[in-house]
Amino acid sequence: MPNIGTVLLTRLSFGAFVRPHMTGLGGLTWGVPPHHTGSIGRAAEAGMVTRGFVGRRQPPETGARLPPGQYLTDDFPILQIGPNPTVDRATWQFTLREGSRPIKTWSWEAFEALPRTTWNGDIHCVTKWSKFDTAWEGVSFDDLLADAGIAAPTPFLLAESYDDYTTNVPVADLVGGQALVATRYAGQPIHPDHGGPARLFVPHLYFWKSAKWVKGLRFTKTDTAGFWELRGYHMYGDPWREQRYTGD
Amino acid sequence: MSSATPVTEAIVFRWHRAAITAIAPVTPHVTSVRLRCPLAETYRAGQHVDVRLTAEDGYQAQRSYSIASAPDGSGTLELLIEGLPDGEVSGWFTGIAAVGDQVELRGPIGGSFSWDGPDGGPVLLGGGGSGVVPLLAMLRRRAQGWREIPAALIYSVRTRAEAIALTELERLAAEDASFSLHLATTREPGGKRIDAALVADALRRTGPPGKVFLCGSNRFVAAASDLIVAAGVAPGIIRTERFGA
Repeated sequence: MPNIGTVLLTRLSFGAFVRPHMTGLGGLTWGVPPHHTGSIGRAAEAGMVTRGFVGRRQPPETGARLPPGQYLTDDFPILQIGPNPTVDRATWQFTLREGSRPIKTWSWEAFEALPRTTWNGDIHCVTKWSKFDTAWEGVSFDDLLADAGIAAPTPFLLAESYDDYTTNVPVADLVGGQALVATRYAGQPIHPDHGGPARLFVPHLYFWKSAKWVKGLRFTKTDTAGFWELRGYHMYGDPWREQRYTGD
Repeated sequence: MSSATPVTEAIVFRWHRAAITAIAPVTPHVTSVRLRCPLAETYRAGQHVDVRLTAEDGYQAQRSYSIASAPDGSGTLELLIEGLPDGEVSGWFTGIAAVGDQVELRGPIGGSFSWDGPDGGPVLLGGGGSGVVPLLAMLRRRAQGWREIPAALIYSVRTRAEAIALTELERLAAEDASFSLHLATTREPGGKRIDAALVADALRRTGPPGKVFLCGSNRFVAAASDLIVAAGVAPGIIRTERFGA
């Protein structure tokens, strides 16, 4: 079993259709490789020890849910490159594009009418904090494609935000119930500090991939670096393989 | 992005051993740690490093800390580490660490929140509490040869005793006509929080800024951003860093 805690997808539009989040993912995304069950080992092998450092060990059930190098927080820290952009739901739009060509655009009203998906589980930020048992709701990537009447035209995309932030995610990491365009957190509309009205939500990758204030997804022919990826952050960003930066 | 932020597709951050060459408390809650490390010559003012500590059984903990120094050719860099209650990493630095101890660093990280002289100005800086640290690095860089660039620092801190590098900042403000310090002491008698008047005063000294950097708690950064945008500064030139937990 993956050490990820309770991870469930619920399709609200179809009543109590509940499925384990792992289904159809080949187990890879949520599985914890046996050699990454904690942060123990690598530097000790290299002989590096910090004199007098003991550390605060987590209870086993907490430690098993923490990717390497992460610590648990009860807060919800806020990290972004600039001020919150002003995003009004009355003029908000979300657009799927293939390169420069728009495929489909939704207004807020149309977006909110799409089938809803909920997700409960743990999120991991590259700045080392993890937060357990978070609850999100939005429109799954699968339902977006279905409503647009398309299959993904390329294997990669860039999420684009109202503050001109971008981040790349492979399509393979979005399909099969792995990702949402989230509009609610903990049962409430997402606060602008946390990316509201809508943010991309890809919880199995470091949280910089879950672009705040998202305004669209642009399919790209190649895996194209976004804002942080151009600045040394990892192109993929798997917390369980501790892919924080290029070369990790 | 402007030329101020070099964009490279081949940035790789590797872990480097670093040895403590000096360590001393600078305020009741903050300790200065100087470390000898290869990456001491490769960073831009405002960037941060990841610090990793390893226990004897191999258990590791990592945190990110802003660099307080400007590159100075000494082969060392300075971190200013605030001791947090029960801080797993900060507690080691403030309570146990001594000269000669070894940790690991990697970086420098955070290209968008950095400044160097050729980026120009005027530069408006806003720091809350220990959020002043990367801004101090920028001011130290400016003092190395870019003093003609107007700069102002709005510094919100609970009390003067808790203000980091206050002597250095006040001396700089006294001897450098192009730099002004705007202190908001929130817990002193007669003190205040950052407000529109303080922002207007800073902007009067710098003129319209070309670069704005804000760092501190979410509450401070949100308040400072709102006030600075309300004063007519374009949101697109404001860069922020916030610390959470």
